[in-house]
Amino acid sequence: MTTNEVEAWLSTLKQSFGDLIANAQLSVNEVTLEVEESNLLVVARKLRDDDDLHFEQLIDLCGVDYLYYGQSDWETESASGNGFSRAVESQPTDPETIWGKPRFAVVYHLLSITNNKRLRIRCFVPEKTMMIPSVVSVWSGANWYEREAFDLFGIRFSEHDDLRRLLTDYGFSGHPFRKDFPLIGKVEIRYDATEKQCVYEPVSIEPRTLVPRVIRHDARYHHDEEDSVS
Amino acid sequence: MTDIRNYTMNFGPVHPAAHGVLRLILEMDGEVIERADPHIGLLHRATEKLAESKPYNQSIGYMDRLDYVSMMCNEHAYVLAIEKLLGITPPKRAQYIRVLFSEVTRILNHLLWLGAHGLDIGAMTMFLYCFRDREPLMDAYEAVSGARMHATYFRPGGVYRDLPEEMPQYQSSKWRSKESADELNKGREGSLLDFLWHFSETFPEHVDDYETLLTENRIWKQRTVGIGVVSPERAFQLGFTGPMLRGSGVAWDLRKTQPYEVYDELDFDIPIGKNGDCYDRYLVRVEEMRQSNKIIRQCIEWLKKNPGPVMVKDFKVAPPSREQMKEEMEALIHHFKLFTEGYCVPEGEVYAAVEHPKGEFGIYLVSDGANKPYRVKIRAPGFAHLAAMDEIIRGHMLADVVAVIGTMDIVFGEIDR
Repeated sequence: MTTNEVEAWLSTLKQSFGDLIANAQLSVNEVTLEVEESNLLVVARKLRDDDDLHFEQLIDLCGVDYLYYGQSDWETESASGNGFSRAVESQPTDPETIWGKPRFAVVYHLLSITNNKRLRIRCFVPEKTMMIPSVVSVWSGANWYEREAFDLFGIRFSEHDDLRRLLTDYGFSGHPFRKDFPLIGKVEIRYDATEKQCVYEPVSIEPRTLVPRVIRHDARYHHDEEDSVS
Repeated sequence: MTDIRNYTMNFGPVHPAAHGVLRLILEMDGEVIERADPHIGLLHRATEKLAESKPYNQSIGYMDRLDYVSMMCNEHAYVLAIEKLLGITPPKRAQYIRVLFSEVTRILNHLLWLGAHGLDIGAMTMFLYCFRDREPLMDAYEAVSGARMHATYFRPGGVYRDLPEEMPQYQSSKWRSKESADELNKGREGSLLDFLWHFSETFPEHVDDYETLLTENRIWKQRTVGIGVVSPERAFQLGFTGPMLRGSGVAWDLRKTQPYEVYDELDFDIPIGKNGDCYDRYLVRVEEMRQSNKIIRQCIEWLKKNPGPVMVKDFKVAPPSREQMKEEMEALIHHFKLFTEGYCVPEGEVYAAVEHPKGEFGIYLVSDGANKPYRVKIRAPGFAHLAAMDEIIRGHMLADVVAVIGTMDIVFGEIDR
């Protein structure tokens, strides 16, 4: 679809859903609808059953953790000779100053085979309950995706009847894809020959950053972006 | 009377027919499956989390290791997502090379699937025949990227380098006579394109051979016809894509419906099944190999006529040539910056999908403007297929589990990620 078509479609979507959607955005020709968790099931059913929409497939469902969104290890404007070493240990900063929305979101990717269209839905997860409604009753394929999001992010889905861990080890604790979970993990496993069993121990390696996260704001980059877009 | 009771069987995680590390807990009534509970995650490597801590280009190699039998198709979705966010388009020749290798990869994948599926349900010979045909394609991979499998060949902005002008040849030695070396070198006299052309001329006959062995084979039909039937409605609900969806009679292929690269300029057909059982999915995949061969031939013809660049000229994304790097200061700086810090991608989110041999393989990429992705979600087709295992297998016999695992074309690299 061309940009004009997508924009027209976006405005019809806004009209037909009205108050049911909190926000609708356009990013690289892709439409994202932000939905409150209380409206999620109503919107999902409408998206599936409405003849103009007909999103019969849930292609993907995933959790996103926005804790460190927009933060870099290294301030580029003021960086000097000792700049690089600062990134070796990541410094936790106050997340609320930058993001300003709930920390966790669940993102749904829908596909309409009838109308050949894609749509993205984002639903922020209330931090108190960490619970949003399950869409298994709308798309059965959501079952494992929701188990995965529960496993990796700790997001709970109400009315999901089989919310077990999926990808991590039996007896694993914590939610590894949260941004504050260390990349190297917390425990390591080895076989102990004397005890004749596998034992878990705290990790012995140290976390490190090889390449610092940087967000460039200098004019050179902005100039190039304009060039490459045109 | 004997006391008949249900029991639970543990299938895998180390079982030759489990195609990797699948652990299935089967609740059985005699030999009939009442419930199947797949336990996955034994190959979980947290690729998505690893990608969050690396510059964009350094994660391309991880993509190869997702579905490790269709390497370049995984890379393809990832570089398409980056390109979409950056707003760059690779040169035409690079697009043709990508399509060429996507189709080579499709044949590689389907050959391994056919061989392993055949082996699982009793057709030993298939495995050997299929691996014979995989070998030249692996050689093509090696010629173009230096690696037989984990190529890291597709890069944002194009492909790593142009196709080689000559193919490596077998040498005669103490262990290999000159005659057998010459026999092996048939088709290797010219460039890589000549080599693939030679392959594409003999390949359809080889597919005929496979079909002679299987399509009308009584045992093959007994093991696959009517097994694992999925209706189109259920296939939609369960998120099936690729041959699993087309086997149920839905004409949906991203190469036709949402064409990317140059697929809209190429002539090929989309085979679909009728009954949605294992046999139809077998027929669909075999026909896909023939269609891929057709696409490969069209790509070779175009590539022979149209030389040109295979990478964008933007040094913020693509490295300058080695010669330039040694001569020019600017190029040296670009080279250094690109390989240490990488490039920053504008803030935004994007979903890019390709028609992977197994189905729709998608990458959901969230960028906050940094040189590393903020979140990468890999949408693996096999994940949705395996999730439907319980529904498909209920009421079938134990031996059908193997046929259904085979027909889903399961590879654990992509399911566990």
